[in-house]
Amino acid sequence: MATRRTERMSRGRASRRGSEEQRWVRWSLTAVALGFALVFLLVPLANVFVQALAKGARFYLAALAHPDSWAATKLTLILAVIAVPLNLLFGLAAAWCIARFQFPGKALLVTIIDLPFSVSPVVSGLMFVLLFGAQSWLGGWLEGKGIRIIFAVPGMALVTLFVTLPFVARELIPVLQARGSEQEQAALTLGASGWQTFWHVTLPSVKWALLYGVILCNARAMGEFGAVSVVSGRITGLTDTMPLRVEKLYNEYNGTAAFAVASLLALLALVTLAVKTLLEWRQAREFQRIESGAGKTPLSPIGSGASSAPRL
Amino acid sequence: MAIELRNVQKAFGEFPAVHGVSFKVSDGELLALLGPSGSGKTTVLRMIAGLEMPDAGDIFIRGQRVNHTPVQRRNIGFVFQNYALFTTMNVFRNIAFGLKVRRWRRGAIETRVEELLELLGLQGLGERYPHQLSGGQRQRVAIARALASKPDLLLLDEPFGAVDARIRQELREWLVRLHSGLRVTTLFVTHDQEEAMEVSKRIAIFSQGRLEQIGAPREVYEQPSNEFVARFIGVLNVLELQVREGLARCEEVCFPGLAAREGDRLRVGFRPHAVTLSSDLRALRYRARIRHAFFLGIIMRLELELPSGLTIRARMSQEEYVQYGLREGQTVSFGIRRYRLLAPDGTLGPEVEAG
Repeated sequence: MATRRTERMSRGRASRRGSEEQRWVRWSLTAVALGFALVFLLVPLANVFVQALAKGARFYLAALAHPDSWAATKLTLILAVIAVPLNLLFGLAAAWCIARFQFPGKALLVTIIDLPFSVSPVVSGLMFVLLFGAQSWLGGWLEGKGIRIIFAVPGMALVTLFVTLPFVARELIPVLQARGSEQEQAALTLGASGWQTFWHVTLPSVKWALLYGVILCNARAMGEFGAVSVVSGRITGLTDTMPLRVEKLYNEYNGTAAFAVASLLALLALVTLAVKTLLEWRQAREFQRIESGAGKTPLSPIGSGASSAPRL
Repeated sequence: MAIELRNVQKAFGEFPAVHGVSFKVSDGELLALLGPSGSGKTTVLRMIAGLEMPDAGDIFIRGQRVNHTPVQRRNIGFVFQNYALFTTMNVFRNIAFGLKVRRWRRGAIETRVEELLELLGLQGLGERYPHQLSGGQRQRVAIARALASKPDLLLLDEPFGAVDARIRQELREWLVRLHSGLRVTTLFVTHDQEEAMEVSKRIAIFSQGRLEQIGAPREVYEQPSNEFVARFIGVLNVLELQVREGLARCEEVCFPGLAAREGDRLRVGFRPHAVTLSSDLRALRYRARIRHAFFLGIIMRLELELPSGLTIRARMSQEEYVQYGLREGQTVSFGIRRYRLLAPDGTLGPEVEAG
């Protein structure tokens, strides 16, 4: 009797210990992950802001207002304003083609869209230098016409377009494929033209994916370093973007100013992250509503309210 | 003539979906396009709608050749199998979509949508979104949306496929009532022969891209034009016969009256209700054991096992079954009253009446 009771007790203790040990393991793993994130992500990011404000707020604002830094900021914005809308249009068109049509070369198009991801940014930049540089056939011909591509803003815009190409398309293609084209066909049977169908039916249904793609595209357009660096020529005040300016300031031993400009980019990253999280949450909520929709409301009696002689 | 198809063909790559299909539909008719999957019935429906274009042949709607008329200009209402409601719009805007696109005045749109909500039993649901509706409600919104602009034709693609069985029955009856009130020429595609028989006045039966037969439910059941139709509509018993000593027989069962030569191999088909049964073993010619008896409400479906091991399906009313005191496992005598020869090319011989 006594042995059985002690057996049960020790078994109980062992099982309690088992779950306690598990909990301990869970907590330690979580701590490692959080610690990792803290040390490698949060601390450096926070440090950017700390360093930027090291010489006080006035210095911070002066550094940002410096004509060369201000020119860099403007150029970054211009590149984003060029790249994002164009890639939005491209992404929409490419996703529509790929999701809705069958044509020879479709697989090739899908591969090409993914190309900028797999190519190193420096190589991307070099590609354009070789293609449009003064030594190339195309570059020479354009220079003869007075058009400067490489080491000038047009080249930087082209390169930014290239590296941000996939973002919108990659977000839209799976969404369009998953949805199928029945709603669009329905719109056609109701008398809508192709454009009306696209505007009223297709676009509203992909709006979250579209916004998400635009946000990612924008973040990359503003933050790109390697490819733009190769193509820009680094002419201070003319062909420096914010990332390039940061590097330049740092190399000139003006660390605090460098961090000041960098803090703007970091702020951009945080805002992008916040908007991304918000969009993901909203899309998940909408998806959940659609999934759980059926059967929520009781079926109203068919024909209730319809008189025995329905009028057309 | 509301719709006419003449020798319409359509192939998808190598696959010939529709071969030389011709038929006519009268104004205000309710026609079912029936057939198994891949028989071409949906392709025919979509060609009438304008969602597909025929490779050859002509399609006429109200006397006008519409082969190349785009779907937007055909003035049809199409109801998709999975409803295809616009998920980002509420019920009101879904139904109003076709009217908005056709530039109706706002007041007219509101009146029309309210009218349809009432007609289809959707009052008070105008603000709801498709994901907040049940299957049956979504189906009715899809129909309302298709009817909004007063189309000449209403086309439904397996309208009750995605709905619960119980609701399907209600919706079928409701569709018949709706059609008799509206009198819009209506075509619907189904693979369910019961549904086709119940709902429509005429059935067009498709198989492998061809139109096998078109006629009233009674006609296609009692006078099928070929073996496919006979097997698809209702149940058909099929037996393999051999001609010996001048008589076509299958084991112990003889089928006189079939033109054949000695040694020929034939096939014969007969309906379950052509089998007569009696508990009196001397009353009819052959013997069988009731292997299974299935209770189906007012009908009993019987599976008879012959001494040779053959299976024959028979049918009798529940009353008769009880009256004769029949039971599973019991041996009965039976005879086959009517049967037809099934020719190798799929055609049917004339009906033979035997004692």
